[in-house]
Amino acid sequence: MTPAPVPETAAPGAVVGSGEHILSVRGLTAHVAGQQVVEHVDLEVAATGVTALLGRNGVGKTSTIKAVMGLIGRTGRIDLAGQDISGLPTHKVAQLGVGYVPEDREVFSALTVSENLRIAERPGHAHQYDLVYDLFPELKQRAGQAAGTLSGGQQQMVSLARALLNDNRVLLVDEPTKGLAPRLVQEVGQVLARAAEVVPVLLVEQNLQVVRELAQHAVVLTGGRSVHHGAAAAFLNDPELTQRLLGVSTGAEGSV
Amino acid sequence: MSEVILLAVTGVGLGAIYFLVASGLSLIYGLMHVLNFAHGVFLTLGAFLGLEVAQRLGASTWTGFAVSLLVGALAGAAFAALTERVLVQKLYNRHIEQVLVTVGLGLAAVALFDGIWGTDPRFPRGPAWLSETTTIGGANIPNIVFVAIISAAAVLAAVVLFLKHTRYGMIIRAGVENRAMVTALGIDVRNAFTLVFTIGGAAAGIGGVLASHHFGYVSPMLGQTLLIFAFIVTVIGGLGSLIGAAVASVLVALLQQFANFYLWGTGDFAVVILLALVLLTRPSGLMGRKA
Ligand SMILES: Nc1ncnc2c1ncn2[C@@H]1O[C@H](COP(=O)(O)OP(=O)(O)O)[C@@H](O)[C@H]1O
Ligand SMILES: [Mg+2]
Repeated sequence: MTPAPVPETAAPGAVVGSGEHILSVRGLTAHVAGQQVVEHVDLEVAATGVTALLGRNGVGKTSTIKAVMGLIGRTGRIDLAGQDISGLPTHKVAQLGVGYVPEDREVFSALTVSENLRIAERPGHAHQYDLVYDLFPELKQRAGQAAGTLSGGQQQMVSLARALLNDNRVLLVDEPTKGLAPRLVQEVGQVLARAAEVVPVLLVEQNLQVVRELAQHAVVLTGGRSVHHGAAAAFLNDPELTQRLLGVSTGAEGSV
Repeated sequence: MSEVILLAVTGVGLGAIYFLVASGLSLIYGLMHVLNFAHGVFLTLGAFLGLEVAQRLGASTWTGFAVSLLVGALAGAAFAALTERVLVQKLYNRHIEQVLVTVGLGLAAVALFDGIWGTDPRFPRGPAWLSETTTIGGANIPNIVFVAIISAAAVLAAVVLFLKHTRYGMIIRAGVENRAMVTALGIDVRNAFTLVFTIGGAAAGIGGVLASHHFGYVSPMLGQTLLIFAFIVTVIGGLGSLIGAAVASVLVALLQQFANFYLWGTGDFAVVILLALVLLTRPSGLMGRKA
């Protein structure tokens, strides 16, 4: 494999200073059915580019994102562009400009593709149908098809398209390449790269090659706690760290 | 032969009334996961107020009958909307408490109806044509049966059109499937909750007026008695499925009619057996989504 380009902003060990964050989470805890699934997470999503949220299976990445959305019970402080959103119900969080692409796509299978997009239209916003259909021409052709009959990759496009339709301030994207064929993994990576040019992204991603290509910053969780913050490239280039925190050894030359 | 036709057509008529109750139950459960044990009292209120209005306007006139249907729908809708806003919504996401509060409301409302209208049944009169019969294939079928069938079909068509072609309808369909994701798109689903209660209450209210003519009486218990069968219908059809509720309503009512007539009055028993069979073989109902 060829070495992936290391983004210039990701000087090894760089920590993004405050004020450059769109989303800031402090001392987050979250629980599902009485069980604590997030114990203590601090994280910052940079105001531009992609911040990766990494960690082994079951460490609480999905739960962290759901807690930010208000989909599960949480405590702690969550600031979106300086506004505390930790007490807001989910629909208010979304209305403030948080786009959510959930782990298992969660398209509405009984609705058509175009209905899946229309229901995502946030009133009072311009809706970026040009962008969405430019990124996913297939969705235009399949507008009338029930989303439940689409392939996994196509459903992921619908799920991404729902989030890209509105002018969001940040996107929370949870394992968008999960279960996709290599060609589609590439395509999703390209879409996210393009999206990240205009909106900051918090990305949960197991495919470290994708992380390497997209992310400037990384936050790593273990056991419901955030244990590492730093530049994505520096983290991925440290085989000892990735072995200890992710259980995979990544070579310094990008051979993930 | 005329016997079979009579049983079949009146069975579909009874199914029409079941559907008017079950449609709301199914939508409410599908979207909110609330079993609404107060749904029958929306029907009863619709029946009583419809009867009162018809008496004042002239019970045997078509105007009186038409207005009584309208008043029944409005009364059921208003009562249901109020129930959702004042009681159910306050207990957002606390399903056990929501169910308990609907049980309580059901009991309290029946007591209230007892107080206002008395425990004895009241007998509505309608246009003379309603109690006459039309002969089909040798069977003399009461005309109210046709009115019930047409009304239920109109309600079904209206609700389907609403669900398919309006933004709120789309939100309800999406919410039945995945409510959390709907809120994550920035939509306050609570308005959709109130709306499904209102629609369900209106259908039940219409059902109340029709049931009072179909059965020939109104009593404070009328709605809650029908509610039991409506619940069975809703489960058999698949909780959350409107078309499932329609199909199961007719199925249950036909089974009940035929078993009552040919199997020595075992209609209710046969319905329970059908329920058990469906639950054992298709736990999510005929048209329910897989759990
Ligand atoms: N609905 C749930 N009920 C009970 N436990 C859950 C539920 N969802 C997640 N968990 C638990 O919470 C922990 C974190 O899960 P999750 O946030 O999905 O991790 P990740 O996304 O990092 O794989 C895991 O131990 C998981 O078993
Ligand atoms: Mg996950």
